[in-house]
Amino acid sequence: MRAAMRILICLMVCPTCAFLVGCGGSSSSSSPSPTNPIAPSATNVATISVSGGPLGNYPDAAFASVTLCVPGTSTCQTIDNVLVDTGSWGLRILSSPVLTLALPQQQAPDGNPVAECLTFVGSYTWGPVQTADVQIAGEKASSVPIQVLSDTDFPAPSGCTSSGFPSADTLDTLFANGILGVGLLAQDCGNPCLASYDQYFECPSSGCQPIDQALGQQVTNPVALFATDNNGVIVELPAVSSAGAPSVNGSLVFGIGTQSNNALGSAVVYTPDDFLNFTTSYNGQSYPDSFIDSGSDAYFILDSGLTGLANCPTNSDEAGFYCSSQNFSVTNQGSNGTSGVVNFSIANAATLFGNSDNFAFDNLGGYSSTSAPYYFDWGLPFFFGQNVFVAIAGASPPTGVPPGPYWAY
Amino acid sequence: MSRLGGAAAALVILAAAFPAWASLGGDSASIQADQLQMQGTRTTKAAESYTVHEIQAATGTVVREYVSQEGKVFGVAWRGPWLPDLRQLFGGYFEQYQAAVQSQGGGRVARRPVMIDQAGLVVRIGGHVRGFVGRAYVPEMLPSGVRAEDIQ
Repeated sequence: MRAAMRILICLMVCPTCAFLVGCGGSSSSSSPSPTNPIAPSATNVATISVSGGPLGNYPDAAFASVTLCVPGTSTCQTIDNVLVDTGSWGLRILSSPVLTLALPQQQAPDGNPVAECLTFVGSYTWGPVQTADVQIAGEKASSVPIQVLSDTDFPAPSGCTSSGFPSADTLDTLFANGILGVGLLAQDCGNPCLASYDQYFECPSSGCQPIDQALGQQVTNPVALFATDNNGVIVELPAVSSAGAPSVNGSLVFGIGTQSNNALGSAVVYTPDDFLNFTTSYNGQSYPDSFIDSGSDAYFILDSGLTGLANCPTNSDEAGFYCSSQNFSVTNQGSNGTSGVVNFSIANAATLFGNSDNFAFDNLGGYSSTSAPYYFDWGLPFFFGQNVFVAIAGASPPTGVPPGPYWAY
Repeated sequence: MSRLGGAAAALVILAAAFPAWASLGGDSASIQADQLQMQGTRTTKAAESYTVHEIQAATGTVVREYVSQEGKVFGVAWRGPWLPDLRQLFGGYFEQYQAAVQSQGGGRVARRPVMIDQAGLVVRIGGHVRGFVGRAYVPEMLPSGVRAEDIQ
């Protein structure tokens, strides 16, 4: 009865939505009606889900399925539970037993195998660069350099471990089968790696050494290599109730302004600065190191002193999150001068996690620091109930569509 | 072969010239080693009870090293597209830092910034790929009147 009502409401609100994606995908009985349109299945639309991840311990992380093929062949493997990350660029997949396909190893000009080290905040990924044809929904990219995550194919050189961080090259440390980096850039290093920057290495048996890596050889955002719909993505997730939901389905739409289902419409464009940040203002103070990132699993904002929120105990399952509730009204401003008010809430993480079935929350928060530098990290909670566009720098948009990089919502 | 190869050779010579290899906790001579390692340019600003050495690294990352009147580096901070080499920058504090950063985690996944608060070392690392911010300092080395917030 209740389910039937929900579908009815759903169809009334969004008659063109395939309710499997737009509404029925949420299994929360108190899920509100979606206010944002979720694109139904299409060539340029992949289904994404927020459901706790492969280990069932990962809140507010969106996952997609990606198909990899040996280049030019129909020898393929589909890998699920790949994290959709608008905060990085390029495809990274765990090595065996997750990746069982034998992909060609990228070689340096002297024939040595190439490996990559990418430093994230708090961890790094390391492993060989291999080449695959990548298919997501109906979109295909040929001969994409990807990173295969492995601590054992080659030992990580000191230039990779100088962050002191642990590696995230196994399921137990990555909490996903891979990372699909669909953020603001095409290559994951760009021009700096034309002169070795401790990111790309060649690995003869004597040990890995930094190398210069041409743009075309760098691990690349697969979207930028699609034949069409290659200038960015839209992350579309429905609204969830304030108690959260066990599982929510949405869409990852490829292209901006390239099809009838991906028009920018009335979304406001916010361009980032050189460090891919924009400014969030709160309580009379500006925080210019702020950014939008679907790969962050909460609103990571300021600290308890500046927000008035209580930190969860450091030895609890909620460590790193906030354990009290508050409403916020802040202003985001892009480098292009556009600005807009964002109203959002943060709830007590211990209460949210108290229902151990729930993994999709639009109000999960944590601290970005406990001392300067402070900033707002607009993580996945920001994406529920509003479609967020992420436009790739250097891509060629259709006439009338602004060139990236930018976020729009 | 690469530019890094040349820098490594220069470092070997410097290592012989400056026994105080460490940066954080080390003397101001160690900043010169940092500058060379980062292929950077350096500017210096004086405050009341300390001096700030700012290194603009070739990577585009700006590193600031805070030096007391006794010539000791009591804090470091950075902002930019690439994380600096923390083994180099933290010097003798790197092992303590590494042990702490590798033991963070547990419970539900929280992709949160690095925060280490130990009696002898405070570290913050945040931001994102291509936009790192962070700082570290040794609390007992802060000159009197200098607040932790001054290091940024």
